[in-house]
Amino acid sequence: MLRIPCPHCGARDEAEFAYRGDATVTRPGPDGDIAAFHDYLYARTNPRGWQVEWWQHSAGCRAFLKVLRHTVTHEVRAVANAAETLEVPPA
Amino acid sequence: MSQPHRRQAGGHIDRARRLAFTFDGRRFEGHPGDTLASALLANGVRLVGRSFKYHRPRGIFSAGVEEPNALVELREGARREPNTRATVVELFDGLVAGSQNRRGSLAFDWMAAAGLLAPWLGAGFYYKTFMWPAAWWERVYEPMIRRAAGLGHASGMPDPDRYEAAHAHCDVLVVGAGPAGLAAARAAGATGARVILADQDVLLGGDLLNEPGLEAWRHETLSAIAGMPEVTVMPRTTVFGFYDQGVLGAVERVADHVPEPPPHTPRQRAWTIRAREVVLATGAHERLIAFPGNDRPGVMLAGAARGYARRHGVRAGESAVLFATHDGAYDAAFAMAEAGARIVAIVDPRQDSAAMQRAREAGFDIRTGSEVCGTVGLTALRGVSVRGVGAAGRGDAFAADLLMVSGGWNPAVHLASMSGAPLAWDEALLAFVPGAPVQRERSAGACRGVHGIGAAAADGAAAGHAAAEAAGFVAMPAFPLPDAPAADCRPCELWEVKGRGKAFVDLQDDVTAADIRLAHREGFSHIEHAKRYTTHAMGTDQGKTGGIVGAAVLAEARGEPVSRVGLPRFRPYAAPIAWGAMAGEGVGKHFQPTRRTALHGVHEALGAAWLDAGIWKRPAYYPRPADADAWASVLREARAVRERVGICDVSTLGKIMVEGPDAATFLDRVYANTFSTLPIGRARYGLMLRDDGIVFDDGTTSRIGPESWFVTTTTAQAGPVMQHLEFHLASAWPDLDVSLASVTDQWAAIAIAGPRAREVVAAVVQGLDLSNEAFPFMAVADCTAAGVPARLFRISFSGELAYEIAMPAGYATHVWQAAMEAGATHGIEPYGMEALGLLRIEKGHVAGPELNGQTTAQDLGLGRMLKKKGDFIGRVLAQRPGLTDPSRPRLVGLRSVDPARQIRVGSHLVLPGGDGRSQGWITSVTRSVVEPGWIGLGMLREGEARIGSEVLAANPLMGEEVPVRVVSAHMHDPENIRVRA
Amino acid sequence: MAGYSGFRILLEGLRGNSGWHQAWRKPEPSPTYDVIVVGGGGHGLATAFYLAEVHGIRNVAVLERGLIGQGNTGRNTTIVRSNYLLPENNNFYEHSLKLWEGLEQSLGYNVMMSQRGVINLFHNDAQRNAAIRRGNSMRLNGIDAEILDREGVKAMCPIVDLDNGRYPVMGGLMQRRGGTARHDAVAWGFAHAADARGVDIIEHCEVTGMILAGGAIQGVRTTRGEIRAPKVGLAVAGHTSTLTEMAGFRVPIETHLLQAFVSEALKPLIDCVVTFGAGHFYISQSDKGGLVFGGGLDGYPSYGQRGTLPEAEHVYAAGVSMIPALGRLRGLRSWAGVMDMTPDGSPYICRTPLRGLYMTAGWCYGGFKATPGSGWCHAWTIAKDEPHRLNAAFTLDRFREGRMLDERGNGPFFWAQ
Repeated sequence: MLRIPCPHCGARDEAEFAYRGDATVTRPGPDGDIAAFHDYLYARTNPRGWQVEWWQHSAGCRAFLKVLRHTVTHEVRAVANAAETLEVPPA
Repeated sequence: MSQPHRRQAGGHIDRARRLAFTFDGRRFEGHPGDTLASALLANGVRLVGRSFKYHRPRGIFSAGVEEPNALVELREGARREPNTRATVVELFDGLVAGSQNRRGSLAFDWMAAAGLLAPWLGAGFYYKTFMWPAAWWERVYEPMIRRAAGLGHASGMPDPDRYEAAHAHCDVLVVGAGPAGLAAARAAGATGARVILADQDVLLGGDLLNEPGLEAWRHETLSAIAGMPEVTVMPRTTVFGFYDQGVLGAVERVADHVPEPPPHTPRQRAWTIRAREVVLATGAHERLIAFPGNDRPGVMLAGAARGYARRHGVRAGESAVLFATHDGAYDAAFAMAEAGARIVAIVDPRQDSAAMQRAREAGFDIRTGSEVCGTVGLTALRGVSVRGVGAAGRGDAFAADLLMVSGGWNPAVHLASMSGAPLAWDEALLAFVPGAPVQRERSAGACRGVHGIGAAAADGAAAGHAAAEAAGFVAMPAFPLPDAPAADCRPCELWEVKGRGKAFVDLQDDVTAADIRLAHREGFSHIEHAKRYTTHAMGTDQGKTGGIVGAAVLAEARGEPVSRVGLPRFRPYAAPIAWGAMAGEGVGKHFQPTRRTALHGVHEALGAAWLDAGIWKRPAYYPRPADADAWASVLREARAVRERVGICDVSTLGKIMVEGPDAATFLDRVYANTFSTLPIGRARYGLMLRDDGIVFDDGTTSRIGPESWFVTTTTAQAGPVMQHLEFHLASAWPDLDVSLASVTDQWAAIAIAGPRAREVVAAVVQGLDLSNEAFPFMAVADCTAAGVPARLFRISFSGELAYEIAMPAGYATHVWQAAMEAGATHGIEPYGMEALGLLRIEKGHVAGPELNGQTTAQDLGLGRMLKKKGDFIGRVLAQRPGLTDPSRPRLVGLRSVDPARQIRVGSHLVLPGGDGRSQGWITSVTRSVVEPGWIGLGMLREGEARIGSEVLAANPLMGEEVPVRVVSAHMHDPENIRVRA
Repeated sequence: MAGYSGFRILLEGLRGNSGWHQAWRKPEPSPTYDVIVVGGGGHGLATAFYLAEVHGIRNVAVLERGLIGQGNTGRNTTIVRSNYLLPENNNFYEHSLKLWEGLEQSLGYNVMMSQRGVINLFHNDAQRNAAIRRGNSMRLNGIDAEILDREGVKAMCPIVDLDNGRYPVMGGLMQRRGGTARHDAVAWGFAHAADARGVDIIEHCEVTGMILAGGAIQGVRTTRGEIRAPKVGLAVAGHTSTLTEMAGFRVPIETHLLQAFVSEALKPLIDCVVTFGAGHFYISQSDKGGLVFGGGLDGYPSYGQRGTLPEAEHVYAAGVSMIPALGRLRGLRSWAGVMDMTPDGSPYICRTPLRGLYMTAGWCYGGFKATPGSGWCHAWTIAKDEPHRLNAAFTLDRFREGRMLDERGNGPFFWAQ
């Protein structure tokens, strides 16, 4: 069971959250072409290690959060609000 | 005589009370404190089961969860539980158990003939044969194998019992309440930490229960723990898994010790425990030794025999041989002697030891440097053969009915391993112990190789202190620990005694040492491969007693140390768990919540036939006695809408308030069409795409104020649309000042549709001029409806003049009833989902079947809605060639050429006289009220070009092929005159 | 090497089973091969087998980081079927199913392919309609499919509770030729047969890098040295991204975990494969007697090969809801595999941006049934340097072109497939 410390609600079970994809990709602006949107929507680094992800506290405050999580150990190291930046530590 | 093997006194047995039970139809008696196994042994029942493959007779081998042999079908009827370990079943009055995996009686199982074929039934034999002829696998070979395989019979009947899920948080979870666990819980509890102490047994104490001399310490400790308000003691609770981030799963057996659960009581409760710190004090499982005939009923783990003697007051045999490789097992001989059994001999491969000295002083016959090389007997042990270690030949025979075996102890490292901790080889104990923790856990006592009650308790106390400190609590003064001498549990290395006959490393699945060697010979030399090839350690006991022995046999074959061979990876569950407990209470009717609209009671009163729309219950139609069938009801309701007026509950549509200075900008980006130009008091049909250019959802969205919008979604996508909006606001456009609120539950909504809708609405709504000029199609206004605040929309899904009244959900019934009264003179009829579907298909409005996540706006004939200027979600990727390909199927209307011939959704459209390839499919079907006959919507390649032609609706699944005419999707009032009437 | 047969078992039984040899050799890697296949799971071994068997390319190495068959091949629920909606999918899986039907005889190894029938239950009109559309798509492509009413479901699988209190069963879509196979034996059988045709299966040989020159692959660096080949095929589902990163490109894959479960062994209880329509749940019974079952993804990326409780609880609850008799049985073991999830739920068998590098990947959680078909098409693509028509649509470029194969319309979300 993942436990995710929501900055607004405290540590909660994974069951309250919904994963919503890689948070290191940025949606292209109005000038984005097919290639840019392709990379945003489809191309993934899919790291074996630390990854910054979108999780929504969907059964809680409904905030979209950035979560720094390890894809092998599942350790959650940092959680931030959407507007903040999380650095990926070196592997 | 009743219970001939029961001691007169001693143990945790209430001899004053008798409990009657039956095994294979024979009546026996036992006492409170017994397990089924101890009661069977007390009554002299030795043969309790048959093995998996060779159907060899088997007896009780252990006294706990590690039991490989004594599996029974417990209880009868719908409560029958196959594969139940007799060693962990608490005896209750009226218990009924039966043996399993036998053909014929337990004593004469004719499947035991398989044993004669053993040379040909070695590991993996089935991979090498049964291949020819190919058709015989399903018809002949496999049914034969399946009937022979398996263990017990499931009842096949619904489980009558109830289960619960429960949740707990604690600072320190202590798993296991033996000496280490008790001390850990007391030490941690004394600091004020919230402690949970869980143990699978009903009595706490673990090995202390086998030590009458330490009963005082056990009592004192338990009462100290009971006095700590922050300590929760959970007996009968098996912790089965250690998951990420300090979460552990446990099952509490609430009512397994009674014939059936009392009223309002679950049978079991599944706990999810979130622990800051964990102390694992799970003890150790004794290991077997592989020697020929090591599976005979009467061969038993030494510690089990000791436990039956001391805890249950039962002699597992009357004349016993002990075969042990370490001093720790010798107490079994003393315990049996105390219980009145004769100790025939002690067989030990070692030359000398402290325990041997004491045993010799006690007058036992010690065979040093010796090993057991065979057993005698059929369904019960009659004798044991003993020889010098490594010697050839059959050895000396000893008459005995009990052979107590101990090859050492396997620390119960399951939970530590599941937590991610590596395992480390302990050369002295010849066992794997937990390595450095990965999670916040620590092992204490026998599960990390610290044996002896005194040492384990001290280890537990230290672990409990450390855990509490790590959780932020301050350690408290020490408390007295039991003073007990520890026997040396370091075994000499003896895994297997080679000789003629089968030497089992896995008793349940009949895996022999020879099977392991065969696996190695065939290249399955890694433990994971050997396990899978031979099924070693894959039974219900998961190799708790013999897993390491198989690994050792493999190691010898490979010429490598056991430490290099290792064990297969430990996975949940540490012990098998009831399916029902994991499922919890959310099953059957409660598998998913049932969502009802505010008007549910109204529909019920109208006798609605229901349908499931996701988790919603919605009225399908409202049958009346005069209706010949469901279609008659549906057509009647639809006709009412087309000809007079109908009323429908549309509360399930998703509703989202979008507010803020940037709300219009935001909606322009999330909708494919423009909203910012919409005046206040007007609604507009909107189309949302996903970023991949596929249509996501549609609905009408209204502008309530300069910065206030009311978005509606389809019923199915209400949740996903909300998440989609929230996500893009958070991730893509954090600069937009917009707030979102889901108000689906707050607002109920009623559609009133039909040529006379205006009259009905006018009678309900106050304060609005409903004339076409003042309140035209797509107008929106706040109003009062039947005296309550409401909002009126002039929107139409049916294609008729129509309104939707939205009101706070609590007023829904009131407004509905007002509308019904107002409509009575106009012949108003409630209509359900089926009529709603009929009407929208006639009108050519797309819905769920067309918005199925695979279609583009162009596919649906909505391409013109996409705005030419400005960005919106899906704009870019919708331009990909595969999505603009003109050969993609397009939305068309379909009409059965013969109005009486039904067409069906899911039929594919093929060209008459063509190659039979699918050119499209039918998405929606109904009978029409406008022009009687079967009509539908579908997706068809070159759809527009084919309008007017005939194609075939092919439904080979049902053997149908129906000619249909391709028509415009907008079959009813394509000019939209009626909605603007 | 002598093959396996009942006669040989008889003979060996008489002489103490001393004459059996390694099912596949344990060779040292050669410095060069014609083709290197990375990944010793079912797909990689099948690729090697069909390279040798169909295309006569026998100078092939299969490089496996650990043991063969220990990845997803050995940790799935063993279901084999071809009941797909989209023609690109159902034609491919049907080809695979046909290979399954003769696999024992092709390999000389009993993989216990058992055509017990696969039933997908449906519980409402929308599900029934989708099932009919899918079944008709199968039938029009020459694949067997039947629609069952409630009585038909009852007859095939009497233990299913048709009136489960929440979502009564309306019927089912059945593929009678679907079923199960013994997953481990598939890896071992392909290994045995590929080995017999000269393929080197090299275990404990981890690829650590790619040798590239002029936009083409020249070979791989491994923990056992450099191994060169003009063509390299990747069959490492779950870890595809790790390998393509070495090759210098990203792929539309996110690695997720899927749990699976087995009960204690029981006498025959469930004769077919049956899936619940009201929740994500599927179940069958193995020849050994264990009920093998599973559900959906845990829902977050993971290479961890272990799941968590919430999804497990859902799976068990769905099981009891479909079959209330399961309540008193016991779960014995659970495990998890790591899946290459793609944005449309369909796989990749294709060339890659790097010349000479091919892949079979992106199997989501449908890879087991694809094993022979994937190997067959991958081998074809490697041998001919162009896809077979059966895998022509399974490209990495389909997302650039907008030619997604979104079987269920779930959209571009890896975790929703």
